[in-house]
Amino acid sequence: MTKTLKYLKPYGVTVFWGLVLKLIGAVAELFLPMLLEYIIDDVVPRRDMNMILILGGVMLICSLVALLSNVYANRLTVRSSGNMTHDLRLELFRRTSYLKCGQVDKFGLSSLISRLTSDTYYVNQMVARTLRLGVRAPILILGGVIIAFTRDVMLACVLLACVPFVGLTIYFITKRSIPVYFSVQRKQDDMVRVTQENVSGVRVVKALSKSEYECGRFGDITKELASREFKANKIMSLSNPLATLILNIGLIAVIVVGAFRGNSMGTVLAFLSYFVIILNAMIGLSKIFVVMSRGAASAARIESVLDEDVTEEIGQYPAGDPQYKLEFRSVSFSYNGVRDNVKNINFAIKKGATLGILGATGSGKSTLVNLMLRFYDAREGEIFVDGENVRSIPSDVLRKKFGVAFQSDFLMAASVRENIDYGRGLADEDIVKAVKAAQADDFVSAVGLDYDLSQKASNLSGGQKQRLAVARALAGNPEILVLDDSSSALDYATDAALRKSLAAEYAGATKVIVAQRVSSVRHADLILVMDDGEVIGSGTHESLLRSCGEYKNIFSAQMGGEYA
Amino acid sequence: MPERRLNVRDTRSIKGKKIDKKYVLKNILKYLKPYSALLVFVFLANILSTVFSLLGPKICGLAIDAIGAEGGPDFRLIGYYSAILAGVYLLSAILLYLSTIGMGYISRGMVFRMRNDVFRTLTTLPVSFFDERQAGDIISVLSYDIDTVGESVANDIIIVLKSVVLVVGSLIMMLSIAPLLVLVFAVTIPVSVILTRFIVKRVQPLFRKRSAKLGELNGFVEEITTGQKTTKAYGCEEKIISRFEEKNRDAIDAYARAEYYGTVSGPCVGLVNNISLALVSVFGAIMFMRGVITPGDISSFVLYSRKFSGPINETANIMGEFQSAIAAAERVFRVTDEKPEKPDAEGAETLTGVRGDVDIENLSFGYVSGVPVIKDFTLHAKQGETIAIVGHTGAGKTTIINLLMRFYDPDSGVIKIDGKDISKVTRASLRRCFTMVLQDSWLFAGTVYENLVYGSDVSREEVINACKAAKIHSFITCLPQGYDTVLTDNAVNISKGQKQLLTIARAMLLDSPMLILDEATSNVDTRTEQIIQSAMRELMKGRTCFVIAHRLSTIKNADNILVMRDGNVAEQGKHAELLKAGGYYAELYNSQFESF
Repeated sequence: MTKTLKYLKPYGVTVFWGLVLKLIGAVAELFLPMLLEYIIDDVVPRRDMNMILILGGVMLICSLVALLSNVYANRLTVRSSGNMTHDLRLELFRRTSYLKCGQVDKFGLSSLISRLTSDTYYVNQMVARTLRLGVRAPILILGGVIIAFTRDVMLACVLLACVPFVGLTIYFITKRSIPVYFSVQRKQDDMVRVTQENVSGVRVVKALSKSEYECGRFGDITKELASREFKANKIMSLSNPLATLILNIGLIAVIVVGAFRGNSMGTVLAFLSYFVIILNAMIGLSKIFVVMSRGAASAARIESVLDEDVTEEIGQYPAGDPQYKLEFRSVSFSYNGVRDNVKNINFAIKKGATLGILGATGSGKSTLVNLMLRFYDAREGEIFVDGENVRSIPSDVLRKKFGVAFQSDFLMAASVRENIDYGRGLADEDIVKAVKAAQADDFVSAVGLDYDLSQKASNLSGGQKQRLAVARALAGNPEILVLDDSSSALDYATDAALRKSLAAEYAGATKVIVAQRVSSVRHADLILVMDDGEVIGSGTHESLLRSCGEYKNIFSAQMGGEYA
Repeated sequence: MPERRLNVRDTRSIKGKKIDKKYVLKNILKYLKPYSALLVFVFLANILSTVFSLLGPKICGLAIDAIGAEGGPDFRLIGYYSAILAGVYLLSAILLYLSTIGMGYISRGMVFRMRNDVFRTLTTLPVSFFDERQAGDIISVLSYDIDTVGESVANDIIIVLKSVVLVVGSLIMMLSIAPLLVLVFAVTIPVSVILTRFIVKRVQPLFRKRSAKLGELNGFVEEITTGQKTTKAYGCEEKIISRFEEKNRDAIDAYARAEYYGTVSGPCVGLVNNISLALVSVFGAIMFMRGVITPGDISSFVLYSRKFSGPINETANIMGEFQSAIAAAERVFRVTDEKPEKPDAEGAETLTGVRGDVDIENLSFGYVSGVPVIKDFTLHAKQGETIAIVGHTGAGKTTIINLLMRFYDPDSGVIKIDGKDISKVTRASLRRCFTMVLQDSWLFAGTVYENLVYGSDVSREEVINACKAAKIHSFITCLPQGYDTVLTDNAVNISKGQKQLLTIARAMLLDSPMLILDEATSNVDTRTEQIIQSAMRELMKGRTCFVIAHRLSTIKNADNILVMRDGNVAEQGKHAELLKAGGYYAELYNSQFESF
């Protein structure tokens, strides 16, 4: 938590003045009951009309001071907590953007997203609430108690005796309610999940006439949910009546003790007012505890991301053979460090040549792409680009050489142009050329480059999305073009046209084409056939047909022959 | 699935329209009716509790007067009043607790029934309902909207009731103590009401903007984070960060504005209360000097005045919540009032012992009237034949499946199974005749085994055999708990291809005469596809199959190939015949051999 709170430091002055103003406001509010007591006990018996009016005026002034200082203090605290959240979120986003892929895998994407969204929100809430109420409440309690003591020690003790009871009540109720609320939350997630399943699987459920069964499944969950909610309800409903009851009992005690000790009516009356102030402050504090416990958990989650070291290791490694554009030398790699996902990979291609990688899902094709872009470091072996070890090239320099279209690549809710340009500031002509080559011209010219994609590009078909991703990869005129399974949604005719224009328009680029279809890679200068992380065949189409039985099988199956 | 219509009937877009309050209240009362007895009890308990708590200050005043009694404090009297006070407060607390949990019980029960009713309605609705809506909209009705209604019933009703009793009660009490002092509130209450209303009015749009901006920011984060690799590959982290920064700044600004104005209302109300206190003190003191009231009266009056001003502000706040609860309730009832799937025709037959002859005659259909997707379509398939449907996305392939299963009904034409018109048989028995394997494998959060036996009644051994045939058995046995591993969204790493194999195994366990394969192996790689071919052939044997596929290799052996183009069957025939014809199909097929 300390690391998170450091982000508040630049706004220390604002926070300080906010707290000072809070203090002034709280003191002003505490003055009111004191003045009331003074009027009733001292001024009224003297029948000093002027004094009454003066003191009444002072009370009005106190009220105004309380208002102004509270409003202005709120403004300051809101500003500082907002700015702090802004900085924290920005830093977290920056850190997340620069996390290495292995670190991303460790956290998980959805967890990183929730850290950026809900966790920063909870930290914000914690800071804002604590600044707003966390100071006011203790001041009110402390001030109330101190003033009470200066008035009458005995009565103050009665008052003080009630505080721990109220505190304990609130503490225990809060403590009991938090796990119950979590269990409610979990059941609610279940309910949402079942609904989601039924919406997405409506055809299956209807086809199998499982509606009754699904209603039963849903009913079980809502029944459990209702009972958990009621349980939470029962616990939380206790706090208000109990706290009020304790307060009221204290009130009676003050009257009784006050009577026995011969206190003045004014004193007793003022005490009653302090009581109300202190009680409200304690209820406020209890709310802060809930926010704090959640905020602290969130802060811890955020800090664990901020603690990651994102500096990349650039070392001096021996160079490779400069005649090759891209070379893998006995590369092995494992994502989890247990079992190798790719084993002993060797290949080399010259500038302008085409490498085809063919293989089943999970055979390690995309892993090779991840390694050449240095998203991960190989466990063993070396990877060279332009004869230099990728570990000696800063990754921004390395990645500038590449244009990549990933498997089900990412498109953002922005215009077609922005998606292709992707912050690189490319010339329009490059974009247009890339769009044409990627066979995206027909639909892009129909809607225009400024057409806005919706979230997840849901207003495009699968094939259109793939072609935009390819256009993006081409638009930067890359030295190495990588297409990772990015034509699978295209029909054969479009796929062939794409290959044709790649060869014609981007002849200088070294191409790496990852595919499941033989037709996509058969014209490559070198084809790697991957199986379970290993290369089981490499060569040209013709040589593989002779040497690699697996390749031959896949080829004949896909070309409409009988399955082997 | 049909293209999402342009004019989507969003379940949440009723907002702009005027809400039919009568309709909503009538429906809510229907849900409250079973609890009428409990409701009466809760109301009584609540009123009593409030009345008791109102008596408190009065008795307090009496006790304080007893302290200041002439000739020293009257201890007997003080003791007497204190005992009564304790009793009154205790009763008040108990009654308050009872009424709160009573209301909680009612609202939980109501929410429970509403949720189940909505869900049950959902299961009876036609597929078109789901095709036209985002899953998120439906879910937000079930969770967010119903919760809002429940919370409102649980809290707001009680608070309003209590507020009314408190305001009326304390007014009466104050009037009985010092009618003149009540005049103070004639000034302060309107001020505080106007102030609150003014602030609420100004603040509400700010809060709406605040959540909109935060939503935008979160949407951006979600979107960009999933595309991280792409960002890295193009080295444009800084560019993305600056885009984030823009949204971040906007969100914080909106937050600060909303919070700032929102936090003004508390101190303002505090000010008005404090002013009342000051005025009451001054005028009370003056009246005491005139001998009109006692100090005890002043103290009671002060305590009542605190009770008095609170609820008025609270009620003003709650009115806003009421509005949103009623809007939420309307969205809920709009769903429960949706028209269910058209009931089966009267005297509809149950299809049994189906062979699997399918005849489609002069079928026409469009999702939107006037925009036909299928026009005058005719097809005859005999038992055991394989019909392949080929064509571009949007050519109407999936529509035929929708019509066969009667997820939609045709505009004209008939579909017959074994010579029986399917509009004259029960939907359940019709759908039972088909087994579907769809492009998006549908698995639910349950064990692997539960997912496999979904819809069929088979032994564990048969399940394992089917999985062996679908080449997924060894994968399953490698899972932490084998067949009893719970499939969740993120816990088990299961690929799209493996999901599809699981649904193929599930299809194998279903014993139905007809099979629909809609891109059933699109996520399975060629090698695995080859491996499961024999299993697939086994699955298809003796059944009438409708196969939709991109891969021409999958289609080549079909008995009849339908080539769809713009909603029409452009060509129809066997592979060899179509190639010879040299039409659209030949063009599609040849493109894969073309060299550049």
